[in-house]
Amino acid sequence: MDKNKLLSEQVQRNSGVDVSKCMRCGKCTATCPNYDLMEYHPHQFVNMVENDKLDVLMKSSSLYLCLNCFACVERCPRGVEPGKLVEAIRLEAVRQKENNHLKPDQIVEKLTEGMPQQAITTAFRKYTK
Amino acid sequence: MQKIGVFVCHCGTNISATVDVKKVAETLGKEPGVVYSTDYQFMCSSSGQNLVIDKIKELGLTGVVICSCSPRMHEKTFRKAADKAGLNSFLLEMANIREQDAWVHKNREEATLKAVALARAAVAKVHLNTPLTPGSSDVNKRALVIGGGIAGMQAALDIADAGFKVDIVEREATIGGTMTQIDKTFPTLDCASCILTPKMVDCEQHENISLVTKSEVDTIEGYVGNFTVKIKHKAKYVDPDKCTGCGLCIQKCPSKKVPDPFNLNLAPHTAINITFPQAVPLVATIDADNCLMIQKGKCGLCATVCPADAINYEDKDSIEEKKYGAIIVSTGFKPISLHNFDEYAYDNSPNVVTSLEYERLMSATGPGKGTVLRPSDGKHPKTIVFQQCVGSRDTSGRGKTYCSGICCMYTAKHAMLTREKYPDTDVYVFYTDVRSPGKGFDEFYRRAVEKYHVHYIKGAIGKVVPMSNGNLQIQASDLLMNEQLHIEADLLVLAAAMEPDKSAKPLAQKLTASMDNDDWFTESHPKLRPVESPTAGVFLAGACQGPKDIPQTVAQAGAAASKAIGLLIKDKLQGNPCVAHSDENMCNGCSQCANVCPYGAITYEEKDFRMPDRTTLVRRVASVNPAVCQGCGACTVVCPSGAMDLFGFSNKQILAEVDALCL
Amino acid sequence: MVYSYYPGCTLKNTAKELDECGRISAEALGFTLEEITDWQCCGGQYTSGKDEIVTKLSSVRALDDAKKSEQDLVTLCSACYNVIKQTNNAMIEDSDMQMKVNNYLKLDEPYKGETSVYHFLEVLRDKVGFDKVKEAVKAPLKGKKVGAYYGCLLLRPGKVLQFDDPENPKIMEDFIKALGGTPVIYNMRNECCGGYTILEDTDAAGRNTSKILLNAEDMGADFLITACPLCQYNLMQNSLSEKTPIYYFTELLAHALGLREKECFK
Repeated sequence: MDKNKLLSEQVQRNSGVDVSKCMRCGKCTATCPNYDLMEYHPHQFVNMVENDKLDVLMKSSSLYLCLNCFACVERCPRGVEPGKLVEAIRLEAVRQKENNHLKPDQIVEKLTEGMPQQAITTAFRKYTK
Repeated sequence: MQKIGVFVCHCGTNISATVDVKKVAETLGKEPGVVYSTDYQFMCSSSGQNLVIDKIKELGLTGVVICSCSPRMHEKTFRKAADKAGLNSFLLEMANIREQDAWVHKNREEATLKAVALARAAVAKVHLNTPLTPGSSDVNKRALVIGGGIAGMQAALDIADAGFKVDIVEREATIGGTMTQIDKTFPTLDCASCILTPKMVDCEQHENISLVTKSEVDTIEGYVGNFTVKIKHKAKYVDPDKCTGCGLCIQKCPSKKVPDPFNLNLAPHTAINITFPQAVPLVATIDADNCLMIQKGKCGLCATVCPADAINYEDKDSIEEKKYGAIIVSTGFKPISLHNFDEYAYDNSPNVVTSLEYERLMSATGPGKGTVLRPSDGKHPKTIVFQQCVGSRDTSGRGKTYCSGICCMYTAKHAMLTREKYPDTDVYVFYTDVRSPGKGFDEFYRRAVEKYHVHYIKGAIGKVVPMSNGNLQIQASDLLMNEQLHIEADLLVLAAAMEPDKSAKPLAQKLTASMDNDDWFTESHPKLRPVESPTAGVFLAGACQGPKDIPQTVAQAGAAASKAIGLLIKDKLQGNPCVAHSDENMCNGCSQCANVCPYGAITYEEKDFRMPDRTTLVRRVASVNPAVCQGCGACTVVCPSGAMDLFGFSNKQILAEVDALCL
Repeated sequence: MVYSYYPGCTLKNTAKELDECGRISAEALGFTLEEITDWQCCGGQYTSGKDEIVTKLSSVRALDDAKKSEQDLVTLCSACYNVIKQTNNAMIEDSDMQMKVNNYLKLDEPYKGETSVYHFLEVLRDKVGFDKVKEAVKAPLKGKKVGAYYGCLLLRPGKVLQFDDPENPKIMEDFIKALGGTPVIYNMRNECCGGYTILEDTDAAGRNTSKILLNAEDMGADFLITACPLCQYNLMQNSLSEKTPIYYFTELLAHALGLREKECFK
């Protein structure tokens, strides 16, 4: 089977998201607080998974810009939960060899005075494997 | 000795293409008791029916089996034919070899075997059939309409015009329902009041219609043709026979800050009030919770000024019992509560309103007297945003799974009327799909876009942030442009999903009428019996059965009325003879049958039984009211002693069918 | 009443105020936060992937510790609350997850989601009662207009956390009222502060926080309170406006209870 199709099934299974439930209302993208910085937006994630465009998504910086704020998950009228889908794709991406988005030696330069530990642990959890 | 005739139908090629009908006829001819067996191209045609009639007469048939379509389709046709030939129509059975065989199978050999099996089962049943005669009961020639909105009014007028008495029971002080709150109607944009108020007056003046306002149905007993209904009249504190509707009391009432449900609390009214100037009946009522005299015993101004001496602070609720032959349910709908959707800030800003509230803002009888002013500061709104599908098509658990059907059109209406009246207003509509399948509906929506330049945006609102100046910061999506939008608006209008009125569910329980998962009343058949409830004698009009617009509501109300007239015009009702009956000698009085009966047809009585030793034993036994029983058979299944049985579908008959199929 | 208390890393470092004020206020209100021994970092972020096992382990250890002490587990930090409560829910709802985690941990007795997880605010609302909190107040916040900042982690996903109405919460507003202050409702109070992206892009987080602060200021808030160290940091660091300070809700509580006097609340 096509690698993209396999990946598409894998991310749906791991996120518990059924992309076919989407009715294309645009609520997720309307609600996204980080919209301006993202190359692909929540509704596109859903649509692209449905159309097996995983290779494109896996390379996109948008994976690391989702704030995990769950606003789209809370407000989606169809229970599609796009935020969980983004998370599952990001997991696929960082689990690939040498594909960590953040490396420990980068931390020192990024760390500023008073930054809470929470920021670093969360970023590690989001960006690396 | 039984003499049974078997007639196998080709149904054109519907059956014969898959089933070897000749072989079926031939095989059945060899069954015990079968004296005649044949096949024919169209059994339901007049020559087909004549064949049945001729053979009954010629051979003196004691039973007939027709192998053709579903009994839902033609059982009545063939039973009539049997009757004509002098054979009790309940000695005829149908074997469904079309829907249950030819249409669902491909293999001719297997389908033929199945047809033979189904026919055999029917023959086995006919062997045990007995002649049945339907009983009859009287019809009370008066109809009850529950809910006096446009649906109830239309149904009442139609029934009254046919010469029958009708009572409209209405919870509010005036009839008219939700339509009284609407400003204009789509797609013609005629004024709702102009088409509604004449009908309200017609209802009031019709000699056959009684308006029973400020009243609710308390209990319902009985059955089709013979309902006994207790109606609760709530205290009005004003004698409607004396009140002239002059309005003096309203001018003088000092309690002026009472929430006005007619204006959806957008503006207050007085404790004694008339719902709106065109109310029918045009009489005042007192809101007891907010009346100083009733609550604190101080005031009494309205009684002092009333020239008709109509005020009665001592008024009490009362109950009245009446009898009816038919009941029409028209309890309508309401918009859902939006407390689960506060990303739209409905609870945190007065400038976020529902579409029905927007109707009040636009209406000449509303708080702005026909001028749209935003609720927070009375300013003219310059940017108005509409969001469709709020709580509709929602499977997340926050809203309703269905499409509310009418929001696309009323939103187009709102947008268009706003742009027409205030051309300097920017109007945005966020939609998921625009659904406009009615007559002239799509043209109407396109007019909003093309002529009135309403900004229709395929997308949704994600977040609304009210500001201290009353404006709303709206964050939304435009899917076709793949953009996130930020709009500063004066007013946001939410097309809230429709749901059944809160009175519907308790009423359904009183009527033993069925509802779907969303508490809409269910019809008897979605296509062929759309205005009948499965409970005989109860008919459905308007949005109590599902989301509907005004034309659909009026059409359905007319249909429900015609069904009710068809019932009321009869002097006697012929019952269905296939009803349950209890063998008193076997009944142990356990009540299980009465507990499962969905129609309340089973009662218990103490009966004297003469014992072999000449003593008398008093036993509690079940008794079925055949006029109420619908023959569903639930009681026969639960009866532990086998005392309950169904005429026409006796346990023995069903077992004979099963044996014929399996052995 | 004694609760198993999970402080989390940040409360031991940059957010000491959140922790200390919480503990002393608890004592004053008649309950004790008993710190779980050998707790490990929750990770700061719940990973929703169904095959994410390792990231659940530290939370389950804490939950199991509370179970053994027969105590409910309480957190002060929103992030810890979110991670541990979601993990606990997964241990109840997802039998596969439950099996794998237990296989990995080899506990004396398998953990199946027995512990109840509460945020400190829930304890105040549901166990102590805001009316009792009000009675204990010695220095009421007269005339102070306080905006509650919830962020995401206390509220979403609403179906799992069941903390409050995720779109229009009122628990912190009721808390402010109990302390004698006037709550300011502003709708940005449940929008994201930018979270961990501050590490990569300070400007990006700044865009979110300035929107939040401008909304709070516009609606008349004198200052904001929050339960999350990262929210507090982002709001403080990146705000275009410097008018509105942000405090931990426990700082406000400790002041109102007369335990830690603070000039800014007077």
